[in-house]
Amino acid sequence: MTSTRGMRWLLGAVFALVLAWIYIPLLVILINSFNTSLTFAWPPPGFTLDWWSKAIANEGVRDAVVTSLIVATAATMIALVLGTLVAFALSGSRFFGHNSISLLVVLPIALPGIVTGLALNTMFTSFLGGLTFTTLIVAHGTFCIVVVFNNASARLRRLGGDIVEASMDLGATRAFTFRHVVFPNMRPALIAGALLAFGLSFDEIIVTTFTAGPGIQTLPLWIFNNLFRPQQAPIVNVVAAALVVISVLPIYLAQRLSEDAARSAV
Amino acid sequence: MTTAAIGPIRRWQRYVHRHGGVRIAGLLALPMTWLMLLYVVPLVMLFITAFWTTDSFTGSLVRSFTLENFQRIFTDPAYVTVALRTLGVAVAVTVICLLLAVPVAFFMARIASVRWQPVMIALMLTPLWASYLVKVYAWRVMFSPEGGVLVSTFGTSPGFGWIAVVVVLTYLWLPYMILPVYVGMQNIPQSLLDASSDLGASSSRTFRSVLLPLVFPSIVAGSIFTFSLSLGDYITVQLVGGKAQMLGNVVYQSFSTDLPFAAAVASMTVVIMIGYLTAVRRTGALENL
Repeated sequence: MTSTRGMRWLLGAVFALVLAWIYIPLLVILINSFNTSLTFAWPPPGFTLDWWSKAIANEGVRDAVVTSLIVATAATMIALVLGTLVAFALSGSRFFGHNSISLLVVLPIALPGIVTGLALNTMFTSFLGGLTFTTLIVAHGTFCIVVVFNNASARLRRLGGDIVEASMDLGATRAFTFRHVVFPNMRPALIAGALLAFGLSFDEIIVTTFTAGPGIQTLPLWIFNNLFRPQQAPIVNVVAAALVVISVLPIYLAQRLSEDAARSAV
Repeated sequence: MTTAAIGPIRRWQRYVHRHGGVRIAGLLALPMTWLMLLYVVPLVMLFITAFWTTDSFTGSLVRSFTLENFQRIFTDPAYVTVALRTLGVAVAVTVICLLLAVPVAFFMARIASVRWQPVMIALMLTPLWASYLVKVYAWRVMFSPEGGVLVSTFGTSPGFGWIAVVVVLTYLWLPYMILPVYVGMQNIPQSLLDASSDLGASSSRTFRSVLLPLVFPSIVAGSIFTFSLSLGDYITVQLVGGKAQMLGNVVYQSFSTDLPFAAAVASMTVVIMIGYLTAVRRTGALENL
């Protein structure tokens, strides 16, 4: 298929426009966090670092950051254990129920967040005595499983069974093979999966709204609760700008660690 | 070496090695228990709750089977409108994502030089991980009719409403479409496209008859996300939709006062998604997720 020169230019232009469209709103947020104007006049009348120091000193923001970090760390641990187990189970032979299990793992993020959130909310409030910090972590862990699973199974597929068989033909036990052959090969994929799970949990808001106990505020919940308070707008802008930068870090690291990460990001 | 000479651990390992089923069952026990108890059971409960009602005087649940909630959704014109608009937004977002993703993915996978491909895909996908809420907020700043970026720069803005909702949802979910389509296009052997043009097909004919059918499963895989994520969204609508309402907003507003009705509305989105996923499984697109 030969594309004409004009066609190439046209496609290149579409690519550039889409890229600009993706980045402009994020740049606006970053620039706005240094805006001297209280009402965010655009373009900004001046440059200031005041809002950043005020945001860092803000107790509500700090508490929310700590909450988000704890939730994301705990959820990542859960996802790491469960996602890896499923990936190993599904990596070998195809068996009855194989497809259903992979569908079940994807479901918590493939179904609308509001469904996952409401279903868990109903379960927690009617059987487990209400919403707490634990229910929030459990909910996050559940929808993070898929990210670890995707990374681990992509790597296992690439690894193939030959390397394991070679190791065992050379006299290694299954445990030895796992420790010295399989695990070292899996490590980058598992770290990448964990980073992505962390990022997913850190940003989540819909399921969070439905499963967080009273008074618990993650960073996205803090932003949402302060979004409509005009006097908080400068701080919200700073937190938003910080979140853009912070949430991009894990994906950057994950991509450096594993080329599968980019593919299994969805 | 006789069986008696090896230790029990070794014997257990041999047993597990020979009986793959035991190994798989052992690996799956914990994750499946978790997903069953904490995902499947709640989902089933949600569907059951959808057939209950709320006593309008006491506000307590009436646990007897009725189709009342669904009748309300299908007969009350207000809810029918909300449901149809939600479906319309989800379809529009999916179609726009598709129209943008195909040329972008084609450019990255088949025109750009191999050296630049990883950079391009990283540039396209990294913002996917920037906070969902921040992105919606950014567009609120863009669209705001009072001092928003669009008004200040171009002197005009569509303001908050359906246009803003579709633009923002497309913005949010586009990477979910670009990624699988890009991978799909990259996996097509050049020889197939060469064969097509050698046999006399024009570029557009090759695109339509060879390339598109081959990336179709990837397109379907991407559309699952763009469609499903749009279907259940309520925060975007709340922030940039003005007076607009989607099914998600109905669920969010009613879940604390009338749980069965909220469950029924949420179930509608699941029914739509399950129908879609079932149709999709036949194309083999789920293997590409």
